[in-house]
This record gives sequence, structure tokens and C-alpha cells, in this order.
Amino acid sequence: MNNLKLRAARLMACAALASGGVFTGTAAQASDMSPEMKLQAASLAATCANCHGTNGQGIEGSAVTGLANLSVEYIKTNMIWFKTGQRPATVMHQLSKGYTDEQIDIIANYLGKKD
Amino acid sequence: MQRRQFIQTSALATALLGGMPLSATAKSAKGKVVVIGGGYGGATAAKYLRVLSGNQLDVTLVEPNSSFVSCPMSNLVVGGIRKISEISTPYTGLGRNHGVKMVKDYVTAIDVEKRQVKLKNGQTLPYDKLVLSPGIDLMMDKIEGLQSANNNGQILQAWKAGPETVGLRKQLEAMPDGGTYVLNVPLAPYRCPPGPYERASMVANYFKQYKPKSKVLLLDANADVTSKGKLFKSVWASEYKDILEYRPNMKVTGVDGATKTVRFEFEDAIKGDVLNILPDQRAGKLAVDSGIANLNGRWAEVDYMTFESTVAPNVHVIGDSVQGAPMMPKSGHMANSQAKVVAAAIVAQMSGWEPNATPLTNNTCYSYVTTKNVIHVASVHVYNAEKKTFLTVPGSGGVSAEPNELEGTYAWNWAQNIWADTLV
Repeated sequence: MNNLKLRAARLMACAALASGGVFTGTAAQASDMSPEMKLQAASLAATCANCHGTNGQGIEGSAVTGLANLSVEYIKTNMIWFKTGQRPATVMHQLSKGYTDEQIDIIANYLGKKD
Repeated sequence: MQRRQFIQTSALATALLGGMPLSATAKSAKGKVVVIGGGYGGATAAKYLRVLSGNQLDVTLVEPNSSFVSCPMSNLVVGGIRKISEISTPYTGLGRNHGVKMVKDYVTAIDVEKRQVKLKNGQTLPYDKLVLSPGIDLMMDKIEGLQSANNNGQILQAWKAGPETVGLRKQLEAMPDGGTYVLNVPLAPYRCPPGPYERASMVANYFKQYKPKSKVLLLDANADVTSKGKLFKSVWASEYKDILEYRPNMKVTGVDGATKTVRFEFEDAIKGDVLNILPDQRAGKLAVDSGIANLNGRWAEVDYMTFESTVAPNVHVIGDSVQGAPMMPKSGHMANSQAKVVAAAIVAQMSGWEPNATPLTNNTCYSYVTTKNVIHVASVHVYNAEKKTFLTVPGSGGVSAEPNELEGTYAWNWAQNIWADTLV
């Protein structure tokens, strides 16, 4: 578990460097989104819930990562790394390739922690 | 190039960056939705219709049982690794947590014109939208003698998880060492493509440890293993060489429950000690009786963008009853995934919006091959407006490199999370 946290921190550092801060600082309020857009984002994020739990909150003690506890940046970076093969996986390298980068962005922003 | 595309966040994504509430709200959605069947499809649809509408839609789930028993993982009960209580979840969470109205009954008829369903107790329920998720119907009369042998408990199917799952386990425990367990695979399409191969593996795993002189005879009506074939065959060769025998192209035509005999289209009859016979399958009985299973009277044809029936307006069919899109399996995971597409489409339509034109579903099916080792198959499917069906995304999906323990842990945690996502 510690190992995972360490890895997360490392990845985050990489993500921040690579993005040059583009990922942050463009936040708009949820109220800016139309209800239609919210519905689409929610239903896209729900495709993760089968394995990761409703709204990214898995059952306690689950080995399947609970996405709601991760930051937006972490989810985005790792999904891209699963796609490119930079991060090995049992199944996520296969599932991540089914999502466009834009879809990943929407999902990460919907499920991830914003702070 | 990938990185470039990645950081070009869409307007939608940018808008999302703010502190968004965890459940989407479409407060404008109004109306009554009735959901028939509380399996992976129906239960998920009921929950997500409430969640995605911000609890605005009036949702009723009609389901005769008080507890959900999962088909995925039920082979572990057959194999003696888990108990039936561990794969069962009460339906109470849907009402308590999401305000779904639960009706413990059967639907006997659908009146598409009047938009109402009739219950076994004589009551009718009106609807604006109907979600039909009746699972499968086992065509017992396709195999001579099967219905009567099943009625008296001599030959079980255990393909609908529940009492027969426990019954089959008891038959295997009672079988003396040296006996033969016979399982057949019906012609595809059937519920859970890798299911029979997992079941054969689980029973072989049990025999290897506790009844090493016993045999598993796996008789497949198909020309080859229909899912994860290479992986299953390598495990059978390495783990169950002297226990499990696989024979393709064997179509069961008749059984005798008293003498435990199986008859085939061409080959000589075979005798066993525990017979587990699966007939061909079709959409759940209600879909067949109502004509909604309009393709050869077997599967329901739908407009895949919203899963609305092509013959019954305002009736959305999901799960195993649906004529599958290419490479789309009849699985619990897929039914859950389809249910969310339908829930979002109905919430949109009942808010006066267009439904999502490019809905996405995915699937992950884990199969246990030993007590700890597991293999998976995964896929991602996106609606294609031009072809009017779901197609797998090129380059996505695949199977395990080899059986492994890590996926054994993930498989059980997958089950716990999807049960919660479906029912809690």
C-alpha cells in the first residue's frame, strides 16, 4: 500500500512537470456545466464503476483502486501510462485503450479529487 | 502527439474541473419508469435511473426474489471454494439508499399500447418508460427428457444461480470417488461464454484435491472453446491432465435421469454419475411471450443507441435477452454496463434532451481456473452511428497473459464492487 502511495507521488511529480501546470488552474465551477453535460460525464464515469465502485468509491479494503481518493491529475496520468504501456497492468492496459484522451479527461475530472 | 491531444481539454472537461457533486442531477426529468427483473441489468438500471435523474424519476423494480444471487462467482460455490451466502445480496439497498420502489412479484404481460404491465397478483403498473431485463430462458424441451429429469432433481442446470447451485454442489459431494461429472456447453450464443469452461475447471480442481480418481467430461456443442480458449486449454493440460477431458462438436439431444445417460446427435450415448446439462437458450420468457424477442423468437432486437426495442416503443431491453452486438458477450458486467447507457438515455429523453449519440460499454470477465489462479477477457465497445451498433474499439481489450494469483484477488474484489454498484 505504501509502495502504491510512493508510486503515486512519483507519478504526480512527473505529471506536473510534463504538463507544465496546464492541468491545473483552469477550474470552472460545476454550475458552468449544463445539466446535459453533467449527465454525459456521469454516465461515462459510470463505466468505471463496475470494477471501481459507484462514483469511484470501492468497498472497504478492496484491492481494486478506489478512484475517488485519487487526484484528477493522477487518474489522467495513469490512464495515459496504461495506454502507452509505461505502466504495466493486468487489465487496465487493455481497457484504457478503449477510451479517447478526451474521455479520460472527463472521467478524471468527474471522479478525481480536486484540491 | 498523444500528450498534445491529452492536454487539449475539451470544454466539457474544463467545466468539470470545478467541485462537482458526485451524482449528476437532471432535475428536469419527470415520469414513471418500471424496471422488470432484478439481475445485473435491471437492478443497475433502477439504481442509476434514480442517481442520474437526481432522484426525480419515479422508479419501480419488479422482482420476485428478495435476494440477488450472482451467476458470476457461482462456479466457486459449485467447486466448494465459496458459500452461496457469500454471493448473495439482499435487494433492500435499492429502496433504502436510492428510493427505488420494490415490488416483489412477476410481470405476466406487457401492454405496449396502454403503457402498463400486469403483475401476477392481478395489479397493473403504468409506465412512461419500461426497462425489460428478464435474463435468459433455458429451452428445456430442446433436450428430450431434460425437463422431467430436472423437475425431479436428477439433472440440474445451475445456470441460473440459486437453489440449483447448492443442489449441484451437494450432488458432487455425494458422488463417490471414481465417478464422472458430465457437463455440456450449448451452442453459442448462451449466457456467460467462459462459464462452462470455468465450471469444468472448478470441479476438476475439487476432484484433484478430494476425489482424485474422478473425471470431468466436458462436451461442447461448439467446434472449439468459445472464450479464452488457449488459456483454458493450457490449464487443463498442466493442472487437470488426467481428470478433465474436453470433446468438441458434441450436441446433446436427450437424457435419462434415472440411468444418468446422455444421448447425442451422432455419437454413442454416455453414462455419468453427476449430469449437469445446459440446453440452448433464448431471451427471458416475458420477452418471448410478448413478441419483444423478435429475432427467431429467441433474442430481442434493439436500437443500440438507447437499447429501445425495434418492435415495442418505450420498452428498453438490456442484458442477456438482447441480440448481442458484434463481440458483445452475454455477461453480468455487460448487463450492468448496458443498464447505465439505458438509464442515461431515459433520463435525457425524459428531460427533453437528445440521448448520448456515442454511448460506451465495457466488459471484464474473470474466470477461476484453480483455487487461486484467474484469467480474464476484457473489451470496450462504442456505439457507431453509421453501422447502428456497438463496435469494439480497435486495439483495446484482450485476455490475461497467463493464469495468475493477482487476478484472483482482483476477481473477488471485482465481484464485491460490482455487487455494490448494482445493488447498494
